[in-house]
Amino acid sequence: MNFQLPDLTPIVPELLMTALALFVMLIDLVVKKKEAVAVISMAGVALVALTLLGPRGETFGTMFISDGYSTFFKIIFFVNVILSILISIKYIAIERVNYGEYYSLILFSTIGMMIMASAGDLIVLYLGLELMALSTYILAGFIRHDIKSNEAALKYFLLGAFSSGFLLYGISIVYGLTGTTDLKGIAAFIVERGLYDNVSLLLSILFLMVAFGFKIAAAPFHMWAPDVYEGAPTSITAFMSVGPKAAGFAVIGRVFLVAFAAARVDWVTILIPLAILTMAVGNIIALAQTNIKRMLAYSSIAHAGYALLGVIVANNEGLASMMNYLMIYAFMNIGAFAVIIMLRSEGFKGDSIYDYEGLSKTHPMAAALMLIFMFSLTGIPPTAGFIGKLYIFMAAVNAGYTWLVVVAVIFSAISAYFYLRIVMYMYMRDPKVTVSLSTSFSSGVALAVTTAAVLIIGVFPTALVEFARMAVKGF
Amino acid sequence: MNHLSYPILSLLIFLPILGSLLILIMRRSWELLTKFIALVTSIATFLLSLPLFTEFDKTTHKMQFVERHSWIPNWNIHYFLGVDGISILLVLLSTLTAILCVLISWESITKKVKEFYISILLTTSFMIGVFCSLDFFLFYLFWEAMLIPMFLIIGVWGGPNRVYAAIKFFLYTLVGSVLMLVGIIVLYLYGGKTFNILDLMTRTYPYTMQLWLFWAFFAAFAVKVPMWPVHTWLPDAHTEAPTAGSVILAAILIKMGAYGFLRFSLPLFPEAAKAMTPVMLTLSVIAIIYGAVICLAQTDLKRLIAYSSVSHMGFVTLGIFALNTQGIEGGILQMINHGIVTGALFLSVGIVYDRTHSRLIVDYGGLATVMPIYASFFMVFTLASIGLPATNGFIGEFLILLGGFMKSKLVGVLACTGIIIGAGYMLWLYQRIFFMEVNPKVYGLPDMNVRETITLIPLIILVLWIGVYPNTFLSFMHPSVAHLLERVSSAGMQEAVAAKAVLEVIR
Repeated sequence: MNFQLPDLTPIVPELLMTALALFVMLIDLVVKKKEAVAVISMAGVALVALTLLGPRGETFGTMFISDGYSTFFKIIFFVNVILSILISIKYIAIERVNYGEYYSLILFSTIGMMIMASAGDLIVLYLGLELMALSTYILAGFIRHDIKSNEAALKYFLLGAFSSGFLLYGISIVYGLTGTTDLKGIAAFIVERGLYDNVSLLLSILFLMVAFGFKIAAAPFHMWAPDVYEGAPTSITAFMSVGPKAAGFAVIGRVFLVAFAAARVDWVTILIPLAILTMAVGNIIALAQTNIKRMLAYSSIAHAGYALLGVIVANNEGLASMMNYLMIYAFMNIGAFAVIIMLRSEGFKGDSIYDYEGLSKTHPMAAALMLIFMFSLTGIPPTAGFIGKLYIFMAAVNAGYTWLVVVAVIFSAISAYFYLRIVMYMYMRDPKVTVSLSTSFSSGVALAVTTAAVLIIGVFPTALVEFARMAVKGF
Repeated sequence: MNHLSYPILSLLIFLPILGSLLILIMRRSWELLTKFIALVTSIATFLLSLPLFTEFDKTTHKMQFVERHSWIPNWNIHYFLGVDGISILLVLLSTLTAILCVLISWESITKKVKEFYISILLTTSFMIGVFCSLDFFLFYLFWEAMLIPMFLIIGVWGGPNRVYAAIKFFLYTLVGSVLMLVGIIVLYLYGGKTFNILDLMTRTYPYTMQLWLFWAFFAAFAVKVPMWPVHTWLPDAHTEAPTAGSVILAAILIKMGAYGFLRFSLPLFPEAAKAMTPVMLTLSVIAIIYGAVICLAQTDLKRLIAYSSVSHMGFVTLGIFALNTQGIEGGILQMINHGIVTGALFLSVGIVYDRTHSRLIVDYGGLATVMPIYASFFMVFTLASIGLPATNGFIGEFLILLGGFMKSKLVGVLACTGIIIGAGYMLWLYQRIFFMEVNPKVYGLPDMNVRETITLIPLIILVLWIGVYPNTFLSFMHPSVAHLLERVSSAGMQEAVAAKAVLEVIR
């Protein structure tokens, strides 16, 4: 028997990342200053990011695909993980959970996402998804002395396990139907046998939709999001609101547009009401929130709804617009969380929207940055949020979904109210409580990067848009 | 196409931004320096805009002072600026307004001074941008971006109910704008993936599409104008905004809606615009009469002027949708007039408000004895607002009514009632504030100081200049308006020729 080692070059980033995560875990035992662990993690991620330039291709049969599409998502994950670590360093010390495992778990979770983005096979996809999810469950409950954090972890875990069940159901039905878990194999089989209207195929699409819908927090599978976002450590909320969501979209794009490409009509029919419901639930319930983390949880649900439009369009332009949106969302959302996290200080929770009253008076700089992020989340030019929405809307109108875009813009006008309310509290009310900001160099860097990104992409989006377009070429 | 050796329009847009950045790095305690930077910037912007006035070629409808650079090539977006006879006066009005806003706020703004002047300068820059943009993307960028500083101006420095007013303002305009955004995207895709407004204007669109797009754009413009029944944000916003905010709103911001109708709705969707003329005229007439009648019941000075804006802007939309030369030229001129007069009235109210901190009419009375100079200034603006001959209001309203009568006698007659009621509420207002017994609350108020007088003088000059010799300003518009009407319909052109003859006779 002749064992041949598969070509490992396409999977180098994942391998190095795993090595990094293990290294961080070990080094944590000897390094006393946990800030050093954070710096090592970030430097490591930056180095791994360079290997993304390496060769592309398929390996392990076709189980693992490294292409432009996966690379783009991996960049989102890297941006996400580095920014999240930057805002974590001071925060986890304030929360008195300054443990090194935090960083290795974040890295493991990121590896899971990377594998998801590159999965060419449903089993690999499941592997990545579980690695990501399990690490995030632990991170959500990282403040172990806080009952809310515990609740968040448990809730996330139970519902996450439930959704994994759906995923496995879906996968097994597909396997039973087509005899393969390979995405391209599934697509070929469906076309060959003309299974477009097969009931079990529809059932499996539905099951997979539920599972992925859970990951991206699309309504009606969003129930976990507000509680988990509120309870989890704020830095992890930021991390979760971008990473797993982007990973979820990565697999949605891959699975639906590759494996179920032939059954497009079916899943688009399911996705349209799902997207509308997601935008409605996210934007309308957010109006009533008084906890900023909860509010941003609903806002992140709403943003999943906009990004879903890109999937509904179901062509390369749609995917590119969705990816572009997620990249922009990563910057603006983590930017907003970077401000939120600064309000948390020793003995002050700072997560009620009333804590923002008069912030412009006491901390004009923080208020001005928050203003930029809030307007970007609303989608007002000249911020990046506008570019993201514009691209998605253009793709959708081009595909003939003008009415859907009208629905989306109306919901985005509704969303202006709750984002503006934060601005209003900061600028138009007088301070009631004295808020002291826990600033640090690292969170300053995070804010500088995110603000610059939001403004620069807002005015000069060419490079990012071109990059997204290149990434989906030959998808 | 730009025969000046420097990019004048870009300079006009970026100079205020530069000024605001300069203020941004100022220390919070250097308030006086901050104010001076704002003043110098706005004056420099105004002076810089004067070549537009002198160098403008009045013989062509073509865009002038054009600048065009590729900006976002993958969406075929250009940084494309230019002005024609429709927009040039509005640009000049914007640069002038900026100075007045800085001057009038000199003493009345005492908190967050730095942020205030940054907001004013940014608003100025975005306003100029809106009127100069010839690329839809660029236009939308300025159109929306201007909401941010305006929202802050109303909400931070406004009156007691400012937050409500600011949010209402923002949400109303945003809902309208996003519908227009969808319309813009549809145009972009249908018109061969271009945001170039001039290119898009040369195409014809299917009638049903025109109708949908007309209403999508209507949503944005009608809210800004504001037309009845989406005008309700205006009284709140005008009333609660600080003086400078009210002036910007009255003089420029609400002109953006009417400008939108002229620049986009008519040439892009001419058939839909013609088909919708009865609806638009009806809405205009309702706005004229409704706004005027409501004015009679107001007890708050600023609210009264705000409702009079609804009425006056009704005249503007009436003129535009009369779809003949007089109507449209009158409409454009009336936009300028309304900007000058209502701006001046808000400035004047601001002057007494700074002294008494009351906007209620009952708190005044006999001001003519206490502040005689102020009273005479106010008198001129009141008469201009009514439309007395030899003031600018007369010319604008006369042309509009002429156009209105030519379109439909009924519309003309109904619109005239608006003028009559207008004379009623303005004169009654003047009587209650300046004549009658001296209200004890206004005893010993100082008359206008030099700064305040300087603020109002340019406006007085303009009121009389346009009133006596409107041709200086009308001559800018002729080719552009003729071209516009040509585009709207060939039938409209014959009408325009006939109308021109009538106009010659009048002169």
